[in-house]
Amino acid sequence: MKGNEALAEAAIRAGMQAYFGYPITPQSEVIEYLAQEKPKYDYTLIQAESELAAVNMIYGAAGAGGRVMATTSSPGFSLMQEGISYLVCAQIPAVFANIMRGGPGLGTIQPSQGDYFQAVKGGGHGDYHLIVLGPNSVQEMADHTTLAFELADKYRIPVMLLSDGATGQMMEKLTLPERSEYKPNKPWATTGKTEDRERNILTSLYIKPEDMEAVNLKLQEKFNTIVENEVRHEEYMMDDAEIVVTAFGLCSRIGKKAVDMGREQGLKMGLFRPITLWPFPAPQVEEIAGREQVKFFISIEMNAGQMLEDVKLAACGKKPVHFYGRMGGIVPTPQEVFDAIKEHV
Amino acid sequence: MKDGFELIYERPASLTDTRMHYCPGCFHSTIHKLMMELVVEMDIQDKIIGVCPVGCSVFAYHYMDIDMQQAAHGRAAAVATGIKRILPDKIVFSYQGDGDLAAIGTAETLHACNRGENFTFIFINNGIYGMTGGQMAPTTLEGQKTSTSPYGRDAATAGMPMKMAEIVATFERVAYVERVSCNTPANTRKAKRAIKKSFEYQMEGLGTSFIEVASNCPSGWKCTPEESLRWLEEQVFPYYPLGMFKEPPKNR
Repeated sequence: MKGNEALAEAAIRAGMQAYFGYPITPQSEVIEYLAQEKPKYDYTLIQAESELAAVNMIYGAAGAGGRVMATTSSPGFSLMQEGISYLVCAQIPAVFANIMRGGPGLGTIQPSQGDYFQAVKGGGHGDYHLIVLGPNSVQEMADHTTLAFELADKYRIPVMLLSDGATGQMMEKLTLPERSEYKPNKPWATTGKTEDRERNILTSLYIKPEDMEAVNLKLQEKFNTIVENEVRHEEYMMDDAEIVVTAFGLCSRIGKKAVDMGREQGLKMGLFRPITLWPFPAPQVEEIAGREQVKFFISIEMNAGQMLEDVKLAACGKKPVHFYGRMGGIVPTPQEVFDAIKEHV
Repeated sequence: MKDGFELIYERPASLTDTRMHYCPGCFHSTIHKLMMELVVEMDIQDKIIGVCPVGCSVFAYHYMDIDMQQAAHGRAAAVATGIKRILPDKIVFSYQGDGDLAAIGTAETLHACNRGENFTFIFINNGIYGMTGGQMAPTTLEGQKTSTSPYGRDAATAGMPMKMAEIVATFERVAYVERVSCNTPANTRKAKRAIKKSFEYQMEGLGTSFIEVASNCPSGWKCTPEESLRWLEEQVFPYYPLGMFKEPPKNR
């Protein structure tokens, strides 16, 4: 199965009730797959007139209590930012996926990780974060979709998969999740005011600054809870590692190969891979930076050095953090990554 | 009967006891009241969900005692689409002004109409941006002075005012289009009847309903409420005629 198809199938199995999207390469397989499978299920699917419309259909449908998803690729995700900011403030849960392509601008349709900043630092206007997952395989495209629906409802927050064109397009074997019959209770949803409750209002408008600050404080409290409970990461050959390769998504697969090449040559290399890109596994990176044997970090990314900043912040200056990256839709080879690492040895 | 007086007129139970922020003479409060009277009369408080726009009626949820969502500017039709698709048995409406529906949200408006989304548009067309202080709207009349058309709207550079009711009536899956006003008691009663019909058609699943209210804006037009009614009759109605543009077939 393709990564994009695994994502779509996992969404169906998570009990997705509505999908809204606009075709864009390299993720159109998601809407195509869902359109193909639709007769078997009872979800709503709209090929919206734009990503702007799609994200606002998400707002309405999720606000009405539905489990909903929208997927897109880089330029389309930029268009969705305003709506996502509204979703966060109105505390409406939804699942998104950005199957990244090279940018900026219309860019290229080749894979990239150029939207890391946009994904983990908020993306739209205002102080907020999304929960951001970085799948690195077709299996994780499915697993992270399941997880995204769970986390979205748990925290009433949009959750996104930040993947790339290669992971979306690659075919791998996977085990699909069981179909979930879970129907979360959403007493806050606008389902029609009954006599036993006050009216439900979903809004992000608070004219009085004191009210707006109170809402922000509540959101920050939620973000802190997420930071405490939801950090996920993976380590490979890290126990005695002196050289720490940090990478997420597709680059973590390339980084792993480079680590293997290093080990063959007697270099004590290890891979540290954030799975949640927000919340970033900063305490773990800091702990590693404090290990005596660790000489340096090197962040491998398909961008100009974006996660690099989070690794540096987390390492607190305890060890040097180097960088190697390619841009514009170019996927680095394990050999060139390994060569780049060796330059610092 | 109390102290020899009989109560013959009161605030509908679905309208909250909140002082409205609308300017004196503005039709927003009238339309709110008509809609909430219908919520009581049709006993649909648990069945109706509204979408507020960005504009003067952004706070409609302060006054309407029903479940509501506040949408991003222009996206009310997309939000209403999402709600209705999840809750197809409920009555859903978007309540929008002309900047919201006919400028920044034109695409969402037209595509919701084209899909025949089964909800009601309540379109308050007062020909001006009220909340931001009286700028030109897509519906501002030719020659009309606003803060961004201080010498009058020039069709050569700003185009002609958009006739949204006439435009959406061309869509096959739009079931019902009527332009109403609240300038006289008779027209106000007609407006209420139109909104009621749109809710009924929705329950029948007939497709999109579009009620355009040729409205006023005494503050934005810089005139008294009374003068605003005269402007409506003399300037607005000739360009935006009241009446039915599309109706479901009688034998359906």
